[in-house]
Amino acid sequence: MIESRHKYLFLFPALFTLIAIIIFPLVYTFRLSFSSWDVVQPTLDFIGFDNYVRVFNDMRFWESLATLGTVVLSVVSIEYIIGFALALLLWQDIERNRFFRVLFIIPMMATPVIISVVWRTMFHESLGPINDLLTMAHLPTVPWLSKPTSALIAVIIVDIWQWTSFIFILLLAGLLSLPHEPYEAAAMDGANRFQTFWHVTFPMMAPITIGILIIRIIEASKIMETVYVLTSGGPGTSTETSAYYIFIRSLREFQIGYSAAMSIVYLLLMILALMLIAKGLTRGLVSKGG
Amino acid sequence: MRILVYKGIKYLVLILWSAFVAGPFLWALSTSFKDDAAVVSGATYIPFVDFEPSLDGWKVLFSATEGVNILGPFISSLVVTLVSSLVSLALGTLAAYGLSRFTFRAGPLGNTDITFFFISQRIITPVVLAIPYFLLLKMFRLLDTHVGLILIYIAMLLPIVVWIMVDFFNNISTELDEAALIDGCTPVEAFYKIILPECTPGLVVTGLLCFIFAWNDFFFAFTLTFADTQLLPVSIVALNSSKVPWWSLSSSSLIAILPLVFLAIWLERFLTRGALLGPLK
Repeated sequence: MIESRHKYLFLFPALFTLIAIIIFPLVYTFRLSFSSWDVVQPTLDFIGFDNYVRVFNDMRFWESLATLGTVVLSVVSIEYIIGFALALLLWQDIERNRFFRVLFIIPMMATPVIISVVWRTMFHESLGPINDLLTMAHLPTVPWLSKPTSALIAVIIVDIWQWTSFIFILLLAGLLSLPHEPYEAAAMDGANRFQTFWHVTFPMMAPITIGILIIRIIEASKIMETVYVLTSGGPGTSTETSAYYIFIRSLREFQIGYSAAMSIVYLLLMILALMLIAKGLTRGLVSKGG
Repeated sequence: MRILVYKGIKYLVLILWSAFVAGPFLWALSTSFKDDAAVVSGATYIPFVDFEPSLDGWKVLFSATEGVNILGPFISSLVVTLVSSLVSLALGTLAAYGLSRFTFRAGPLGNTDITFFFISQRIITPVVLAIPYFLLLKMFRLLDTHVGLILIYIAMLLPIVVWIMVDFFNNISTELDEAALIDGCTPVEAFYKIILPECTPGLVVTGLLCFIFAWNDFFFAFTLTFADTQLLPVSIVALNSSKVPWWSLSSSSLIAILPLVFLAIWLERFLTRGALLGPLK
């Protein structure tokens, strides 16, 4: 550590920019959550905890959380398994396999909302290519976006398509930065491919894995645009995630006070969940490695 | 024999995943050359064989009369993305260096708490901020302007920059700074003359991530701009509304995604070259 009276020059511009842009919205949301502000009466009155009581009785909110949980759990675990497998297949031959690595990075660069538009045409029941290919393979066609389960699967498929690349590239970077010595030791001990992975690679990757999974869980829980374009939360409310439900209440129905209360409850639950997940992951992965 | 089986499985997996990844792009490419008749007759794939190709999907993007004109939104997106990325990168890198090198105290809070404050902003779902941002920008008369969006994007990108760059600076030895200070540099000079050149790889990767996040944002552009300022994702999704012209939808999607494909090629080079140098250090 160095001491300098100029040190505030480094930190303060960014800190105050962020505070200026983000603190007002957060404080304001908090204040709004105690008001009855809606499309009829845009007033900043004080109605106590009425909105919060309503959130706790709103089954649609809790169902949207359950949907979100299902989506996040399935996409993050599947993306992690596929991403890790692909990274393991491609990290050793630097010069060859370049084509595959570039191709596998591209999806995370594609604008989510735009690629969802393309996927929507692909899921089209009569004119889309997916059902067409299923027919060619003599398999039954799927009513992709019009049945609850298949619509949810469609959302999950698009997310996996897009974000496996993110986990792939971070795990690839992690694998590429691993030291060589443990591998030489493992080779001398005559360890086979699987043993080397399980006793050398996996434990060494544990710390970076925790970071990647937490980032991915945070980003995956924001899922909204895919839902908006692909299914609009439907059929019914079957693919409605929390962010999408809050979006409906706030920007579609202008129940500003109520949606602010939902936002606060949602944020608190997210922080709680993330702390538990971080603790669980650290215990599960690091203790195994140690 | 076993090595052959392994190779076979390996390339089978790689080719299957390639097909899955490339699928939407190939479909969009094929669809962009279709016209109404080719789309409504069911799924077709190969031009000339399956359907008679037409250039309408591409022409419509650049004609002012048909109303899709993609050039304006493309430039808007580029300007907003570049400015917000550069500003965030500059401010965030300074803050990250400060947090990595100096001790800050604010009551019981220290450096790690300040770093966590930056990072924790990522947890906030955009939809939570939409209404307050709307009112905030309205108050300053910045609704539906480039400047307004740039400000919002800076708030979105700063946490990412600080997050990655703190880690980067922590991996660079403080001995470098100390040597510079002994040589008579001020701390500010030590930062930009000695340390900054050391972390070019970090700056590049971070800048790239900023670019991707800003370029790909739909939600804020969607809620905070309406008429005067239109970014690319919003104008493309607008096509998705009533009667969907699949062909221009596909061609405009491809144009929006193209710049990032070049970034992917570059990022891969960068990643693997860094790794090649790694053992030599």
